[in-house]
Amino acid sequence: MELRMAVQKRFGAFFLDVDVTVSGERIGIFGPSGGGKSTLVGLVAGLIRPDRGRIVLGEETLFDSSVGRSVSPDRRRMGMVFQRPSLFPHLSVKGNLLYGFRRCQAEYRKIAFEDVVEVLKIGGLLDRGVKHLSGGEKQRVAIGRAVLGNPRLLLLDEPLSALDDNLKLQIVPFLRNACETFRIPYLFISHSLLEMRLMTDKVLRVVDGRVVEQTTAEALARTQMGAAGAGYMNLLHLPAPIPMGGLYAYKWGEQQLLISSVNDQQEALFELSSTDIILFKGRPEAISARNLLECTVTNVFPAGNRVGLDLDCRGGKLVAEVVDQAAHELDIRPGSQLFAAIKAAAFKKLG
Amino acid sequence: MLGFTPADYSAILLSLKVAVVATLLSLPFAFAAAYVMTYWRFTGRIVLDVAVNLPLTLPPVVIGYLLLILLGQQGPIGRAVLHPLGIKLIFTWRAAVIATSVVGFPLMVRSMRTAMETIDEHLVHVARTLGARSLDAILTIVVPLSVRGIIAGSMLMFARGLGEFGATVIVAGNIPGVTQTIPLAIYEYVSSPRGDVMALSLCVVSILISVVVLFFHEWLGRRAVRRD
Repeated sequence: MELRMAVQKRFGAFFLDVDVTVSGERIGIFGPSGGGKSTLVGLVAGLIRPDRGRIVLGEETLFDSSVGRSVSPDRRRMGMVFQRPSLFPHLSVKGNLLYGFRRCQAEYRKIAFEDVVEVLKIGGLLDRGVKHLSGGEKQRVAIGRAVLGNPRLLLLDEPLSALDDNLKLQIVPFLRNACETFRIPYLFISHSLLEMRLMTDKVLRVVDGRVVEQTTAEALARTQMGAAGAGYMNLLHLPAPIPMGGLYAYKWGEQQLLISSVNDQQEALFELSSTDIILFKGRPEAISARNLLECTVTNVFPAGNRVGLDLDCRGGKLVAEVVDQAAHELDIRPGSQLFAAIKAAAFKKLG
Repeated sequence: MLGFTPADYSAILLSLKVAVVATLLSLPFAFAAAYVMTYWRFTGRIVLDVAVNLPLTLPPVVIGYLLLILLGQQGPIGRAVLHPLGIKLIFTWRAAVIATSVVGFPLMVRSMRTAMETIDEHLVHVARTLGARSLDAILTIVVPLSVRGIIAGSMLMFARGLGEFGATVIVAGNIPGVTQTIPLAIYEYVSSPRGDVMALSLCVVSILISVVVLFFHEWLGRRAVRRD
């Protein structure tokens, strides 16, 4: 999917001026609130009309002020999911799901109702009204409704922001599954770096109505690591653990991690801050931290007033950080052999 | 019953007929006006706002007189449109319908607008991106979600129509059996000697109809609430 946009739009004092070409299946739009992210999506959907410019999706020109062309929103085949589920309150769950499906031309109708219900696990809700569903259920129905419209592009406008942290990470797999299963590319809007890293490959950073950078969520996390006190968040997808003396042992690369968070699920996603990793030049004799990992430095990069390190822990990858002085004393450079000590309690389970 | 004359019965029936027809006639126009005023952003919206609400503040007699000037045989609409088509409005029951429609219009629009303003605009946006054309989105989203306002507005207009006097008497006159509605009949009884009993009887009828309308309105409202 390739999207080319060169548009301008003025709302009072706010001026959006964007000239960007982006291609990919999982594109993020990242930036602070009020920067124009939602406006950008509204322009793509056709809900907001640009003052001037051109919007081209793939081969089709959706808007071109120079020839007076503007495809109406009902013919653009976009699926939208907003922060709030915005379900039609007078229709049942099924009625909501089928709203777009029924209006989709037969030639584009490739996604089957039953499949979407299956992927989103909403089979038990179909005949219910939408008012008394839980927050997560509502958002899953909203995703299903958008997907069943058989869109060529999904516009996800902060779809997770209104959900609490726990629920957010439960919805992420549904959202990713649905988009992957039915092969729908999407624009994912958020001001959360974590969501960007979980949901996107490419990222457009939007600030004050401009696209200031086209990057990746990973690169963004690294550039922000120097600025944010919390450091870089390593995200570790770990398989089912084995209980071990009050802790849980997870296989990770060729080594194993001991983690104290309770895990009742099969596999889980953990967050580990780069600031929680202590590095040793030689193997320490005895330490209280339960994880002591052998690792090799593969890359050294600047991160504000600190130094970021890419570590290869025999198959597992981590990003750690040290202050300049420590980097100098330990003589850290690519190829250096180090030991990384991490406390079992430093891993935070997400979701 | 109560010694009504045939003219009295026809006044009661005519009142109901005028109020019903005026309400049904106004429905699409009032809905369109409410929709435009709620959703469209354009310069000069305030002019539309004032124009729609003007009948609410003007004395009905003024409205009646303006309609008479506009629709009469020498009036601009009367001469240019109605006369060539062979339509005679003034001093017929149709004139009463038009007078009632104009007077009740702002009440209907207000109720509908209040209901529409509570609809989350995202719902309409979602419907559009899901392939619904404008009219489709209006019929399947806006109408069902503002149905309570539509009903309330209709009831209000119907009730207001039953009591319409000032504008009607000027454009439709007070012709027994032709354009005489309940209020006009009461007015005539009151101004004639020994008409008190008959005036009072028609008042009772008027009150009965109003009570039935209000009960019906409440019942519909409760039904709508329960469906949620």
